[in-house]
Amino acid sequence: MSLAILYDSTLCVGCRECERACAKRWGHPYDDKIASEERISAHKFVAIQTTGDKFARRSCMHCVQPTCASVCPVGAMQKTSAGPVVYDETKCIGCRYCMQACPFQVPTYEWSSRLPRVRKCSMCADRQAKGLPTACAEACPTGATACGDRDQLIAEANKRIAAKPGEYYPKIYGIREVGGTSVLYIAAVPFEQIGLRTNVPMEPLPALTWRALSAVPDVASVGATLLGGVYWITHRREKMAAEERAERKARRRS
Amino acid sequence: MRIAKFRITFWRAVFLLILAAGAVATYQRVVYGLGAATNLSDQFPWGLWIGFDILCGVGLAAGGFTLVAVVHIFNIEKYKPILRPTILTSFLGYVLVVCALLFDLGQPQRIWHALVMWNPHSVMFEVAWCVMLYTTVLALEFSPAVFEKLGWTRGQQMIRIISVPLVILGVILSTLHQSSLGSLYLIVPSKLYPLWYSPILPILFYVSAICVGLSMTIFESWHSSRALNRAIHQSLTARIAQVNAVCLAVYFMIRYLDLKHRGVLNLLTVPRIETYLFWLETGLMLAGMMLMFQQRIRNSPGWLYLSSLLVIFGFLANRMNVTLTGMEASSGVHYIPKWTEIAITLSIVAAGFAAFRLAAKYLPVFEEEQPARKVVEPEPAEELEDYAVASR
Repeated sequence: MSLAILYDSTLCVGCRECERACAKRWGHPYDDKIASEERISAHKFVAIQTTGDKFARRSCMHCVQPTCASVCPVGAMQKTSAGPVVYDETKCIGCRYCMQACPFQVPTYEWSSRLPRVRKCSMCADRQAKGLPTACAEACPTGATACGDRDQLIAEANKRIAAKPGEYYPKIYGIREVGGTSVLYIAAVPFEQIGLRTNVPMEPLPALTWRALSAVPDVASVGATLLGGVYWITHRREKMAAEERAERKARRRS
Repeated sequence: MRIAKFRITFWRAVFLLILAAGAVATYQRVVYGLGAATNLSDQFPWGLWIGFDILCGVGLAAGGFTLVAVVHIFNIEKYKPILRPTILTSFLGYVLVVCALLFDLGQPQRIWHALVMWNPHSVMFEVAWCVMLYTTVLALEFSPAVFEKLGWTRGQQMIRIISVPLVILGVILSTLHQSSLGSLYLIVPSKLYPLWYSPILPILFYVSAICVGLSMTIFESWHSSRALNRAIHQSLTARIAQVNAVCLAVYFMIRYLDLKHRGVLNLLTVPRIETYLFWLETGLMLAGMMLMFQQRIRNSPGWLYLSSLLVIFGFLANRMNVTLTGMEASSGVHYIPKWTEIAITLSIVAAGFAAFRLAAKYLPVFEEEQPARKVVEPEPAEELEDYAVASR
């Protein structure tokens, strides 16, 4: 069982109760001004984005094979077996490679802090461990945000699409994107029309760097052998030349 | 004479001005954090410090491993006179890269975490270890100059004992490090503009690092010969330029084939800022290569110096394109470095120049290494020539 969130854009009315509950849960300030910020930030881990009369919920996607976890040099980002991608702020050195690498531009930074932390949604890993739903799902009055097992949510999404084929764009965002995410979307229109990134690769990104990294031992061992060999040849040539010279000299003398 | 004296004070004034600005910027960075000291944002988390100070800095330090390989591995000893200044430049380059890193890291006091908290799946982890180990190797490779100054022959002998593995380790670490800086960007296929994003970025970074390493050697030789007040034998640098031209040709061939196979050659004529910057980068390096292919240019110290500068600037443009301009379109924001970022970058460069001058003044950098080992019997000059011809 792997926890996930299903967001149904057709049910969302843009009331922003999820934002308010999230702010409360993290102890972030929340007022009208912050409510009007339609982008996630270090003080806003979930944000409702408006495109015309449509809404889209933005937060960490909790990828099945997260890019952030693979790029973090000290392992501060981890995909837990339960589903959420969590951040250990005591490990983080602040290189911000996770921010640079995330295909969804999710991790944010405490830019005004002297010793800043990376900030992002944790899918309420602590609440879910106690069997509670995420704060946003609990607060959602329309059922637009629901949390539960990923496979069950996918089944639920397919059921909704099948039941009202005219009202849904017949795809689920998050099944194949970057190898799968634990936040899934269904909507009335193609996903780029509600501001989701549809240009992301359909394979997990960590494989891209792993292909290079896994060559390191080979490069090192073949390289060392090659360089050692060249060294041996070039210096042997010098030694031979010296010996020949000595021989010639000896011959000249005799 | 008076003019010469004025020049020195002028440059000193510039130097002090830069350091003063750098000090103010450092204060801002340390006390008010990255937000106050940079124009970085959640959309654009890596800026000038990563793009220039670190990626360009490491690239320009590539002269060290290239020349070490030429002299020690390929045993072409005639390049020995320029080896020490080149190693010194690389060593200082790496030290400055670490300094820049301390400015850029959000939690610089935890830099040691990379030593104990491992994630071998991270390119940044590889980069961290390469920086650490190769800086150590460079320190050891340069240490004989310090020991020589101190008259500590035991130290010199100790380095000589480990010199072969040390040299090989240095070349391997450089290979890994130069290429891994390209690998860093393998993870951003949907963010980096397609003229620069390529699955073979590590190879492109490595080959271009060798190219700029050779150009840096020419560049440094020119400065060394001025410092020494005697001309470095022109045939030496001319030969390096020849190799450099061939390396650049190989680089351009790989670059062209890469663009062709990825099917993005049509982007070369799209009227966009990225296209112009691509042509700027390519034009500079191409011009340098064309010049280096000509014997007349290679035999003229001034022109050769100019062509090496063209390659160096083309290389810098390439790294800035990968790190900054190529990432801008997808980020949704426009990034221009804040004055504090520029001031710190300039201060780091200035500190590097000052450190080099000091080292050159007090350490035997520009002198032939004093051989403490048994001297291989003195050889008649013409036989040496014979050998050199035969080995070609």
